[in-house]
Amino acid sequence: MKTLRFSALLGAAIFAFASPVLADEVVVYSARNEQLIKPLFDAYTKETGVRIKFITDKEGPLLQRLKAEGENTPADMLLTVDAGNLWEAAREGLLKPVQSKVLASNIPAHLRDPGNQWFGLSVRARTIFYNTQKVKPADLSTYEDLGSAKWKGRLCLRTSKKVYNQSLVAMMIAEHGEAKAEQAVKSWVANLATAPFPDDTKMLEAIAAGQCDAGIANTYYFGRLMEKKPGLPLGIFWPNQKENGVHVNVSGAGITKYAKHEKEALRLLEWLSSDKAQNLFADVNLEYPVNPAVKPDAVVSAWGAFRQNPLNLAKAGELQAAAVKLMDRAGYK
Amino acid sequence: MDATERAARPPRTGIFTGWRLAAFGIALLTVVPLAVVLSAFFSPEREVWQHLADNVLPGLLANTFRLTLGVGMGVTLLGVSLAWLTAACDFPGRKFFSWALLLPLAVPAYVTAFVFVAWFDFTGPVQTWLRAAFGSSGWFPGIRSGGGAALVMTLALYPYVYLLARNAFLTQGRRALEAAQSLGHSRSEGFFRVALPMARPWIAGGLMLALMETLADFGTVAVFNYDTFTTAIYKTWFGLFSLTGASQLASILVLLVFGLILLEQLTRSRMRYTQAGRHSQAERIRLAGARGWAAAAFASAVFLAAFALPVAQLAAWTAQVAVRDLDERYLGFLGHSLSLGGIAAALTLAAALVLAYAQRRHNDPATRIMVRVATLGYAVPGPVLAVGIVIPLAYLDNQLAAAGKLLFGQNPGLLLQGTLLVMLPAYLTRFLAVGFNPVESSMQRITRSLDEAARTFGVTGVAMLRRVHLPMLRGGLFSAAALVFVDVMKEMPITLMTRPFGWDTLAVRIFEMTSEGEWERAALPSIALVAAGLLPIALLLRHTEK
Amino acid sequence: MMNTHPQCHAHLPGATMLELNGLSLAYGRQPVVNRLSFRLKQGDIGCLLGPSGCGKTTVLRAIAGFEPVAAGEILIDGNPVAGPGFSLPPENRRVGMVFQDYALFPHLSVARNVGFGLKGWTVPEQAERVRQLLEMVGLPDTGQKYPHELSGGQQQRVALARALAPCPSLLLLDEPFSSLDVALRERLGQEVREILKAQNITALLVTHDQYEAFAIADEIGVMQGGELRQWDSAYNLYHRPANRFVADFIGEGVLLPGTVLSAGGVETELGVLAGGIPEACRAGSVVDVLLRPDDIVHDDASLLRARVAHKAFRGADILYTLQLPSGAKAFSLVPSHHDHAIGEPIGICLSANHVVTFPR
Repeated sequence: MKTLRFSALLGAAIFAFASPVLADEVVVYSARNEQLIKPLFDAYTKETGVRIKFITDKEGPLLQRLKAEGENTPADMLLTVDAGNLWEAAREGLLKPVQSKVLASNIPAHLRDPGNQWFGLSVRARTIFYNTQKVKPADLSTYEDLGSAKWKGRLCLRTSKKVYNQSLVAMMIAEHGEAKAEQAVKSWVANLATAPFPDDTKMLEAIAAGQCDAGIANTYYFGRLMEKKPGLPLGIFWPNQKENGVHVNVSGAGITKYAKHEKEALRLLEWLSSDKAQNLFADVNLEYPVNPAVKPDAVVSAWGAFRQNPLNLAKAGELQAAAVKLMDRAGYK
Repeated sequence: MDATERAARPPRTGIFTGWRLAAFGIALLTVVPLAVVLSAFFSPEREVWQHLADNVLPGLLANTFRLTLGVGMGVTLLGVSLAWLTAACDFPGRKFFSWALLLPLAVPAYVTAFVFVAWFDFTGPVQTWLRAAFGSSGWFPGIRSGGGAALVMTLALYPYVYLLARNAFLTQGRRALEAAQSLGHSRSEGFFRVALPMARPWIAGGLMLALMETLADFGTVAVFNYDTFTTAIYKTWFGLFSLTGASQLASILVLLVFGLILLEQLTRSRMRYTQAGRHSQAERIRLAGARGWAAAAFASAVFLAAFALPVAQLAAWTAQVAVRDLDERYLGFLGHSLSLGGIAAALTLAAALVLAYAQRRHNDPATRIMVRVATLGYAVPGPVLAVGIVIPLAYLDNQLAAAGKLLFGQNPGLLLQGTLLVMLPAYLTRFLAVGFNPVESSMQRITRSLDEAARTFGVTGVAMLRRVHLPMLRGGLFSAAALVFVDVMKEMPITLMTRPFGWDTLAVRIFEMTSEGEWERAALPSIALVAAGLLPIALLLRHTEK
Repeated sequence: MMNTHPQCHAHLPGATMLELNGLSLAYGRQPVVNRLSFRLKQGDIGCLLGPSGCGKTTVLRAIAGFEPVAAGEILIDGNPVAGPGFSLPPENRRVGMVFQDYALFPHLSVARNVGFGLKGWTVPEQAERVRQLLEMVGLPDTGQKYPHELSGGQQQRVALARALAPCPSLLLLDEPFSSLDVALRERLGQEVREILKAQNITALLVTHDQYEAFAIADEIGVMQGGELRQWDSAYNLYHRPANRFVADFIGEGVLLPGTVLSAGGVETELGVLAGGIPEACRAGSVVDVLLRPDDIVHDDASLLRARVAHKAFRGADILYTLQLPSGAKAFSLVPSHHDHAIGEPIGICLSANHVVTFPR
């Protein structure tokens, strides 16, 4: 009897301490790292008074955490650095579709979920870079062309384990079908000058140092590297302009299925796509704003304009597993 | 009942008595997450398996085997030889090296890896200089390779073997070696036939830790883009979106390690490792002249490569970014790292002691196997284990929430998730092996007759542990504490997954920087982590070195 | 037991197997042993006896090759093995050693412990040799056991078997019985002597226990402060000690003052003792006379009386500590049926057939 009363008391004490669901806060699970999102959240809090609690981790664990926590999850929003994982979160039923005119008008259709469960917030272009001392831009044309014989022993690539490459190949499958895409990837592998690199920066440095002549990387790595070492003989090239355009990915977000602050979260999401926030969101990492009305950072603008691949990014998620398997088959490490 | 009568009474043998019960409780804590991982076998992912088997698995298995073999041989070679030199011999700089050679423990392996790639890859200063001087660096061995990965992991992980083997050699005494010499064996023969086999539980314990970490590692091999079995686990999870498939792969890893451990245990079933001969620490083998300098040069080379070079490079990078990134929040990161490490070390040590003691009291197969299973968390890749931990906890949490709703009419939300109540047991699950192996091997030094002698004085149970065993386990306990302390501070996946909101540590900081490839900016938290790691190492030295 | 292995060749009887010439040892600058010399013949068992810290173990370790030699030399089987600046490694000296704590290898079975030193023997030869030795030390069925599964006395025997296995020229034993209980110590001591004698093995033992030394050794060297004070038989050490230290260290006894008589002999409180006066002692000079407990006999009829100050029952005998009229102490060994109370005066008389005196 005594123990029963004691545990009831203890229970009551614990519940009393449990943080109540506050009206003026949003909880974010983010795979975009702290230094890229905190300035943005601070600005939002300053503007609206709404507090943002967030936790960072890799996408995979965050998704599993959301799943395990189920309807009691504290998370209102999931933020990732690629579309594939947002697609997977939607497939797992972890996100909730939202109807918002603001989002629909701010974000081009191919950069958001057709089912309105997730929305791109910044564009990450994955394009071709070359050594300006060894390559003339005229020699370059498409991603696929990097597999042609003239690039034998001159190509550098980042590891196939990085989701950016998985998305790129997924989009190639979407465009050309699996057989052709596999042929293209195989021809890349045959042209490699050295084993694939663990990250884009290392690969860009290798191009600059002359270990190879060209490679594929996200633009912001190039931006960061050139900021630090302006003299490097590196050039940027926009491929596939006569075809489907440059492969882009997004860093984006969705509202969780069991969000406790759905309204506040949606307001935050809309704000993130607005003129005010877009520069803050993209410029801090030299990415492109997703909102076509917003101009990118001056450094980024200087790289020139390009045509984006208009295929909906949901394909990147849908075909990611196929892309991974394809790259395995092609021997792309 | 007088003392002799008590001594004559055999220890109680029921399954759920005292120590064994406590040990079962601890084992349960760590077995549940493992069971969650293993349970993936109930929903086979045939398609994933088929793909892996057809395309990558043979290569990955070969790679994993090569890496494990290379690291295993490397850490044994470095760890044992350096331990022998500093524990049993005398050479110029011995005192410095005996503690300095532990320092690489504080440098995360993936950081060393990144520094090595930065230095020795095509674009690094070494090859750049070679090209400037000789026109080509094509002959230079590629660092982004299996060899590079094995080299760096050896340099990062040898301290496990070094620390434990040194402990063995320090408590072994020189008498056995003299006995071997008096029987016609030279000192080096005596080393291989006597000193080395007598240190076997320690070496095996350290080696096992190094191998488990090698098998479960992703961060380091990722820097070299060297594909291993663990790579396949990550690829299956993150690339193919199949956590089930990943868990199945991870289970195979666990079973493999379990098999290794059992094998090692079986082959030393009746051997004992009590001290042969009384402790005589003062007698060191003097390495005079060239041999002494060769020993010093060897120790210096290892120290430079495993510690001085990475830390110097980190310091250089830190100097570039400290102005921008260093702020008062770092005090918080440091505080969180240190307190997590300290509390987790204490907890793990207590659990390890209970396990080791239970195993000593009840030397039956059931207890032995249970104890071994309890330490397998170290062989599971971190994120997979983190999920294994979070799933049952979230379940418990949800049940609590439901109960709360029922009792108080209001849903309290998740109470446990994101609190230390989750974090600390999670660390225990991961690092029990790190705490257990040194304690267990030290326990080998205590003869049974000592237990019996203590029992005749009426000293039993906790009192025996406190008055007889603890003082003798000193070296092992402090080693275990330091290892767990440092490992917890370096740990990433569990910390990321279970930390409270806004409760960041230095390791979390490193993650934030490296997740977008900003390695130079990760230097600041890395070097802070190395500095924080010096604290437990200093404590260890203070309590074990004379 | 003979072994046909070439390593186990017989040594010439009567040859000098161990010779120490002016051996000095030091730890760093601190001298530990000073100019030690003695010899041991083939088949003899020698012993270094002395209080702890006298340097005896250091001598043993130097003979084995574990301590450097500061001066002098060591010869084993006629070959110099150590001198200043030169030292044959221990493994090449063919010296067997039984360590105080046995130093059995805990990770090896008994058979593998015993066979450890059989380098260059074929596997069947090794197995046979191990079998022979285990039988010799009375442990024929223990080969597969591990050391921790044996009792202390059994471990001791295994240690002996292990040391003897490679047929060493010389066996060294470092306080071999110190960790055994008294009864076992005595029994094992005798056993060891019998084994060594039967095998005709030359051995040197180190101990602080004179009874152990008496039981095992043919010749005993008493050491004090790093110096050899006397090298002699047990009988002579007891009855003809060369100096006060040996007289005091060996056996029980007292030094009673006496005056040298011109006729020869010494006059003491207990009467006149004849013979054995050192030439240096002139008549009239005062000397100390060594009296062993068996030199003073209880005799109820004697007029000479002493008071019982203390008594120690020793079974057949009682050792009485007596207070003489002058106040000096003396011991007397008396058959135990003569049981006297403490404080009781009893009659005594001298019964020494030789006298040992030390000038003052």
